Amino acid sequence: MTAQTTPSATARPPRERRRLSTRRSHVVVSIALLALPVLVYALFMLYPLARVVQLSFYQWDGLSLGTWVGLDNYRTTFTDGRLVGAFVHALVLIVFYAVLPLAIGLVLASLLARSQVRGTGFFRTVVFLPQVIAMVVLAVSWRRIYAPDGLLNSGLRLIGLDALTRSWLGDFDTALIAVGLIGTWVSTGLVTVLLMSGIAGIPKDYYEAAMLDGAGWWRRFWYVTVPGVRAEILVSLTLTVIAALKTFDLVYVTTSGGPGTSTTVPSYEVYNQAFRLGQVGTASSLAVVLTLVIFVINLTINLLGEHER
Amino acid sequence: MSTSRTERVVSSMVLLLFALQALVPVLYIVVLALSSEKIGDASWGHLDNFATAWEQGHFSQYMTNSVLIAVLVVCLALVLSLMSGYVLGSLRPRGADLIFYVFLIGIMVPSEAIVLPLFFDMRALGLTDTIWAVALPQTAQSLAFGTFWMRAFFRGVDPAILEAARIDGATDARILVSILLPIGRPAIVTQVVLTFMWTWNDFLIPLVMSPSGRMRTAPLGLAFFQGQYTQGTTLLAAGAVLVALPVVLLYLVLQKQFISGMTDGAVKG
Repeated sequence: MTAQTTPSATARPPRERRRLSTRRSHVVVSIALLALPVLVYALFMLYPLARVVQLSFYQWDGLSLGTWVGLDNYRTTFTDGRLVGAFVHALVLIVFYAVLPLAIGLVLASLLARSQVRGTGFFRTVVFLPQVIAMVVLAVSWRRIYAPDGLLNSGLRLIGLDALTRSWLGDFDTALIAVGLIGTWVSTGLVTVLLMSGIAGIPKDYYEAAMLDGAGWWRRFWYVTVPGVRAEILVSLTLTVIAALKTFDLVYVTTSGGPGTSTTVPSYEVYNQAFRLGQVGTASSLAVVLTLVIFVINLTINLLGEHER
Repeated sequence: MSTSRTERVVSSMVLLLFALQALVPVLYIVVLALSSEKIGDASWGHLDNFATAWEQGHFSQYMTNSVLIAVLVVCLALVLSLMSGYVLGSLRPRGADLIFYVFLIGIMVPSEAIVLPLFFDMRALGLTDTIWAVALPQTAQSLAFGTFWMRAFFRGVDPAILEAARIDGATDARILVSILLPIGRPAIVTQVVLTFMWTWNDFLIPLVMSPSGRMRTAPLGLAFFQGQYTQGTTLLAAGAVLVALPVVLLYLVLQKQFISGMTDGAVKG
């Protein structure tokens, strides 16, 4: 660093030359090092991304020649009851995956973060566990819990609520809620841990000042804690809303979209349309819409975050 | 701020209850896996269920596939991310930011969008049902995250260190291997752990890219095991435990790194 700021007159020419040549060699090295990563990324990410947009303008069964249909597939995506239903279900899942965990997480984190209790390390490890286990495994477990003779119904019988017992995942009225609650269960730990680390970063003085001003628990929560974890709230929402929109394995394993179409979701329909119904074009337009929704959500939440700063 | 005794007791209770509800579905599957297959038999501790499930669910083949795919994806993604991260974070040639933003898009793209064309194009090339059909799309996804992650790490390295090494005549390769890799260990471990978990737990890409089931991974094997094996839940539960075990063990060993990796990745991503 000092060499650059105080160049002596005699040393200048060779150093200048060296810097020029390093810059040129930088470009060569950069291109050499970037070639392979960019190639893999372009072939297996960018190219298919462009291709899915192209496919969305064709009617194609995946075998014969496709026919250009313009925006027809998009029209279908936005009018077909089954597909529109899938997006409505996704909205319901957002409540279960994102909104509910955020509400629970805020209360829990504000309760836990400031009271010096023992064992928070253990707690963190345990509530985070569902995040690392394959969704298929969790789905197998929850299917058993929801089964007619499963844990949930046994529990209800034990406390005398026999009237409420049912096949939770097989009932038109409860299947989507039952799937959603699995999402709530998975997300809550992640959201709580994120919010706890956010609250830990709020200066203690803020709370002390609020207490001196006579603010009660609710006012401290609403005026100090919530604004203090704005960034963590945005991150939690991004992650959980996107997880809700991308639900595939959970639905595939627990309900396969049923009973009827009561638990279909967009990503399940992408698979279903393309590989079971032979509607590759419709599946592609659905995939494009899903991708755009995810992009817009990411951008919106990022903009909110920028605005904050 | 001092907290009252009652507040601490209440907090501990809440903590305990919340941790318990997070554990119940996980413990439930473990309990089921160890119970007897015969109806009405209340005996417990049947470790042989794991062997039976392993056998009947063809898990030796699926686990082998999963290990091969995970190792391939983790290694490829790490090496490629180190290369792209070094260029975009340290060398920063003209246009580096533009290339970085293009990589960033990949973090947001859902598998649902790329899997359709990948399947049909790779089928046309006769590549479906090979390890490459499953591993390369996953590598591209992990590479998007890895480039972002490694670029952030390389940007954080003091340029004076690199400058000094260059003046001593070190080449870029030398700098990368002898200086950056040792200081980058925590970042590298986090990436390895995260990409391993994502690849191991992934479902859609292996499902679509191997229609014959030749490259079926452990989670897929479990889903199909459930389809065929509707009778006894003990064996299904045992299979589920087997599928979850590698990642859970890794998680328990590296949980500090895992959690900070997940949350840091989340906050930055």
